[in-house]
Amino acid sequence: MRYAGFRTVLVGLVLFVGLILPVQAFEIEAQKRYPLASAQQTLTILSTADIEVFEPIIRAFQLANPDIGINYVTSGSTEVMRAIYEEGAQFDLVISSAMDLQTKLANDGFALDYSSEATSTLPQWATWRNQVFGFTQEPAVMVISEASFEGLDVPRTRQELIELLRDNPDRFAGRVGTYDVRTSGLGYLFATQDSRNTESFWRLTEVMGRLDAQLYCCSGAMISDVASGKLALAYNVLGSYAASQLQGADGLKIVYLDDFVGVMLRTALIPRGAKQPEAAGRMIDFLARLGAHPDLSVATGLPPITDQQQAAGTVLRPIRMGPGLLVFLDQLRRETFLRSWTSSIKQNE
Amino acid sequence: MIRFLVTNSIRRRLVVQLSVMAALLSIVFFVAVRSVAEQAAADTQDNILAASATSIADALYSERGRVRVELPYSALSMLGTISEDRVFYRIVADGETVTGYDDLAVPEVDNRQRIAQFVTDQYRGEEVRVVSLARAVSNGERAANVRIIIAQTRRGLAAISSQITSTAMAVAIGFFLMATALSLLAAQSAVAPLNKLAKSVARRGPKDLRPVVTNTPGELVPLVDALNNFMMRLRASLTRSEEFIAEAAHRVRTPLATVRTQAEVVHRQMEKPENRKALREMIRAVDESSRSAGQLLDHAMVTFRTDHLERDEIDLRTLAMETCERLQPTAELKDIEIVRELPKQSANIFGDRILLQNAVRNVLDNAIKYSPAESTIIVAVAQNEKEMKLSIIDQGRGFDGADLGKLTGRFSRGTNVDDIVGSGLGLTIADEVLRAHKGHLLIEANKEGVGACVMLVFERS
Repeated sequence: MRYAGFRTVLVGLVLFVGLILPVQAFEIEAQKRYPLASAQQTLTILSTADIEVFEPIIRAFQLANPDIGINYVTSGSTEVMRAIYEEGAQFDLVISSAMDLQTKLANDGFALDYSSEATSTLPQWATWRNQVFGFTQEPAVMVISEASFEGLDVPRTRQELIELLRDNPDRFAGRVGTYDVRTSGLGYLFATQDSRNTESFWRLTEVMGRLDAQLYCCSGAMISDVASGKLALAYNVLGSYAASQLQGADGLKIVYLDDFVGVMLRTALIPRGAKQPEAAGRMIDFLARLGAHPDLSVATGLPPITDQQQAAGTVLRPIRMGPGLLVFLDQLRRETFLRSWTSSIKQNE
Repeated sequence: MIRFLVTNSIRRRLVVQLSVMAALLSIVFFVAVRSVAEQAAADTQDNILAASATSIADALYSERGRVRVELPYSALSMLGTISEDRVFYRIVADGETVTGYDDLAVPEVDNRQRIAQFVTDQYRGEEVRVVSLARAVSNGERAANVRIIIAQTRRGLAAISSQITSTAMAVAIGFFLMATALSLLAAQSAVAPLNKLAKSVARRGPKDLRPVVTNTPGELVPLVDALNNFMMRLRASLTRSEEFIAEAAHRVRTPLATVRTQAEVVHRQMEKPENRKALREMIRAVDESSRSAGQLLDHAMVTFRTDHLERDEIDLRTLAMETCERLQPTAELKDIEIVRELPKQSANIFGDRILLQNAVRNVLDNAIKYSPAESTIIVAVAQNEKEMKLSIIDQGRGFDGADLGKLTGRFSRGTNVDDIVGSGLGLTIADEVLRAHKGHLLIEANKEGVGACVMLVFERS
């Protein structure tokens, strides 16, 4: 009987997946067109970066390439994955902060080869298979509200953070924010990499769970809540967003933990079936040379790829591209990870 | 090509053979290095695939009657360390996919083997190397048969392979070029003694039949011995024939002198004109025979003496004077005047007196013989910075366009002399003497009127 019930559910699921999903295509968050009078072709970009963040880059790109109009579509990283991997949506360029999903797209044959003079200037660790090209390096940081830390030392390592949270439950209960890794692809990437890099990750998750941590979809919302005082600290926030949002805001501080700082590379790839691969290649060239436009880095808050930061031997630990990233995308592995994480973070339910 | 290979040149044959050997060795080297290196590269990929599969096998566990796996991060990340190849995996328990790529084919290998097994296959449009590892996972009462399948594309391997190929190719070509260059040198040095021998033989004068004494390698000793032996026999045979001719001439000349004397005596006693005419004819024939015999003897002597040339200091003026005096009686018989144009200063050369006298006498004798009666013959000695000349100019019939080069050959006579008896040896003797003295005989037409001009030209020492 139990099996029969299970089967019914399964059939229902298959029906749902088979019938409903194609109709309900992947979720578009926002879309903006940048037409040009001189444009001869339109480059369609699917991206996880917000329109406001990316707009300066688009404008600068079009200044240099007046023959290319741009249709910029944003979505969440898992939606982006679904669009390309399952629905075969038509895009010329996919830009995502979820390196693991981008890697999987390339690994499973959904990306086109591209190489140029510009891509060859990228450091070797910032590209994979001439298909995935990193163009920013964005650290995962902690953002704190200085008011909430009054009288307390700002923690410098995860160990210190655990002790601080454990020792001050009153002050931090309900006021700790982090990504909901079940819905946020980037949050999942940061969390899984943390779990690889440090033993303290699970203890930290448990401590946060005990403090009834608030879960967020996006960095932006977390930072706003820290600014408004709703949160005392937000863990694993995109440093680039934090830096641009905190410009001029008082009482907020970005903390780079000393044990290590995970660094995500925002990557671009040309999906199979792109209609304008040549124009997409020109955009990749432009992104690969982002370091040559310091004004754009300031305007977007996206730090370009530089080799020096790697060489300095700092705590910055860029996530390495390659098949290793496929591990946490494994269905079973993801299941177990999310089960552990959920049971740690949702202790009060 | 074939023609080139079957050439008669030892050097070329050596070069070709050595080059062919070098080429074969290069090819063997190239193939060996390439296959060994490619095998090594392929083994590396297999080893990493096996390690990856093993680490996944170690992460297998069973939970509530189902096989599960916690994919180790290193299992896949290690595959990314040597190349940027695509990686696919699938874990199958009792025929059902536990996790991974559903459509990845399970290789048909003996799954009772508990060791990693490899096949090369196609997946998603690319060639992949597939490892398959079988494990049993205890699942309650019974054990589940689990297969771990990991596939990796071979782009990195292809890159390594093409790099190895080009390196091995470059080394093999370099080896071949170097070996060919060395084989050229080797062949050169191998045939060098032969060339040396050939040159030392070629350098010899036409009469030089001394044995070869060059330092030759062992392989050439038989050849040199044979050559020396041959030359010795040739020399002996030549000497013998020259001696024979000289002996024959000598033996003929002496009785001829007797015959002539007797004939003259008889001639004086004869009264009938037809008898006197017959005897005059006879005497003339005897004279010619005697002259020919004399020239043959001269020639034999010249041949002998040029081999053992003496070097006296001789004044060409004296030589001219003596010869003129000696032939004066003969000239007077035809009322020929011999004019001597001799310089005041001496014209000394080094040479063999007897040979030189012989040469000048033969030329002058010729001039007298072919000159008409009551003409003039000029004997002149002249010199400049480079050479000395003794010229004898007559007013005879000249050579009348005959091949001047051939006139000095043995028994060769001009085309216009049939009415005068001659042996054809006179100019030959003069020419051989001059050659022995590093000089030469110059024959021209007389520039001032009819007749011939024969010059004995010596280089100034």
